Amino acid sequence: MAKGRYGIHGGQYIPEILMNVIINLEKSYEHFKNDPEFNAELNKLLSEYAGRPSLLYYAEKMTKDLGGAKIYLKREDLNHTGSHKINNVLGQVLMAKKMGKTRVIAETGAGQHGVATATAAALLGLECEIFMGKEDTDRQALNVYRMQLLGSKVNTVTSGTMTLKDAVNETFREWTARVHDTHYVLGSVMGPHPFPMMVRDFQSVISQEAREQILKLEGKLPDAVVACVGGGSNAMGMFYNFIGDENVKLIGCEAAGHGVDTEKHAATIAKGKPGVFHGMKSYFCQDEYGQIAPVYSISAGLDYPGIGPEHANLHDTGRAEYVPVSDDESVAAFEYLARTEGIICAIESAHAVAHVQKIAGTMSKDQIIIICLSGRGDKDVAAIARYKGVDIDE
Amino acid sequence: MSKIAQAFKNGKAFIGFVTGGDPSMEKSEEFIMEMIRGGADLVEIGIPFSDPTAEGLVIQDANIRALSAGATVDKIFDMVASVRKKTEIPLVFLTYLNPVFNYGYTRFFDRCANLGVDGIIIPDLPYEEKGELVEVAADFGVDVVSLIAPTSEQRIKQIAQEATGFIYVVSSMGVTGMRSEIKTDLQAILEVVRGSSSIPTAVGFGINTPKQAGEIAKVADGVIVGSAIVKIIEKHGENAGSYIYEYVRSMKDAVSGQK
Repeated sequence: MAKGRYGIHGGQYIPEILMNVIINLEKSYEHFKNDPEFNAELNKLLSEYAGRPSLLYYAEKMTKDLGGAKIYLKREDLNHTGSHKINNVLGQVLMAKKMGKTRVIAETGAGQHGVATATAAALLGLECEIFMGKEDTDRQALNVYRMQLLGSKVNTVTSGTMTLKDAVNETFREWTARVHDTHYVLGSVMGPHPFPMMVRDFQSVISQEAREQILKLEGKLPDAVVACVGGGSNAMGMFYNFIGDENVKLIGCEAAGHGVDTEKHAATIAKGKPGVFHGMKSYFCQDEYGQIAPVYSISAGLDYPGIGPEHANLHDTGRAEYVPVSDDESVAAFEYLARTEGIICAIESAHAVAHVQKIAGTMSKDQIIIICLSGRGDKDVAAIARYKGVDIDE
Repeated sequence: MSKIAQAFKNGKAFIGFVTGGDPSMEKSEEFIMEMIRGGADLVEIGIPFSDPTAEGLVIQDANIRALSAGATVDKIFDMVASVRKKTEIPLVFLTYLNPVFNYGYTRFFDRCANLGVDGIIIPDLPYEEKGELVEVAADFGVDVVSLIAPTSEQRIKQIAQEATGFIYVVSSMGVTGMRSEIKTDLQAILEVVRGSSSIPTAVGFGINTPKQAGEIAKVADGVIVGSAIVKIIEKHGENAGSYIYEYVRSMKDAVSGQK
């Protein structure tokens, strides 16, 4: 059994053609993660360019309104490019450059990872191509233009369901054709080892900061941390430094779309089963013969039929809990947070807000919840208007 | 000895591929028999997968056609049972790991053994991960075919030493699909393979014309053609049989005389 296992999950299930590039990536990462010069450069970028540390904001009105646990928001939406994705991207693109790569490629669903990758590539002077499903280039048209403004080429993917899964397929295909000068900046804690570990490490800055911030503000750890989960990168970043704190509940919110009892959802833990896809063993939504299921969510970023292998293991061991949250609940939470706290969050993050609306009132006033507000919602405004039947011109 | 070895005893081998169930199970069976009539020494039968990440557009589309027409692993097993009654030539499956994992390794290879399927090619199962099924497959006498790519370098020896059946040498970077020229230094790769293993080698990815096939057959023991055959099915649909026969015959003629 190869490296990169989380219980039975993880591994390196990729074509032979990519094995040496993956092995080299693993070696490079082992080197750079302990390299003081690399870390100094990355930390400088994170603080001076991305705007870290991100705020831990006490949502007082929301807390009072829900009448239970104290609610804090980890404001990843305030990062440069508007989401947590920049944390991982700066790490990977800086590393790619130091490895001598001159070109980066990436998949994107909502466009946040694509925009972040295009941004880092512009800043660090690398050529960049983004792969995005046609379904998503349609519903996130502004992000497509944003990537183009940043100097990237955006390839519209028309195979399969034309969403995030197919964008990942196409980026892998592109990588097999051109490994010598190209690094694949995978956007989530998924894919073959070392990606799940590397992306988690780059995202763990979220919980590293949140832990320090809450201890300073409240003098104690939170009772629960809550994050949305597609592939699971913001959730893994939010969970990681709390895994050893057994009294901190870790809650991941999956996209239930129209509901887990319909065929229109992307709730991998609730409805999927173990499988092997996109380089990893994990849980996947699939049919009785192992064909990957077409999934659905209002949120392009959560519209993915799998979940990162470390999450799969946190589920198996019972350390984390994964709950489904529907489109309707998320849209209501999106509006609720806007009106209550004056924050328009990403529809992805609204899945976590929706779950906290359900549980905060059942908890006592001396308990604390931290929500990872993974991204801002500017990109979603037009889609939410359409969802509500409001006719606006973008 | 592996039954696959028989495929390499009739001069240089021609290996043809079809996606099972494209455009229907009945037609797949007919096309497989036409390939054999045209001189194919081994047939690769693709079990379609929703997300064939190592395939180019031609075979991706074939996967979609087959799945849309209702192809399942069980229906492909039934089709192969029918093929097996008519031919003795080696048959191997090509599919991705998930359909096999999902079926259950023991159950899958048990059926392969019962039907006389001699091997399996799994593009997303590299050397490092093959341990989880290779013994189960071996218990049922099914060879797990190893792939070697232009990027394999120091891995070639390691892979070749443990290879069974035949060694599938990937001719080009990228995904499957027809190419106008093959640039990889196949001779250098094949020399390393032969220094580490005595099992036959077959080269695939991008091979399209009899001329290309003849050139490859000068250095390898066999030539694998997928996309070019699938393209004939894409073009002629249910009437592809006679075109497949003609094409395979021209390809077998081009390779069989090479030393």
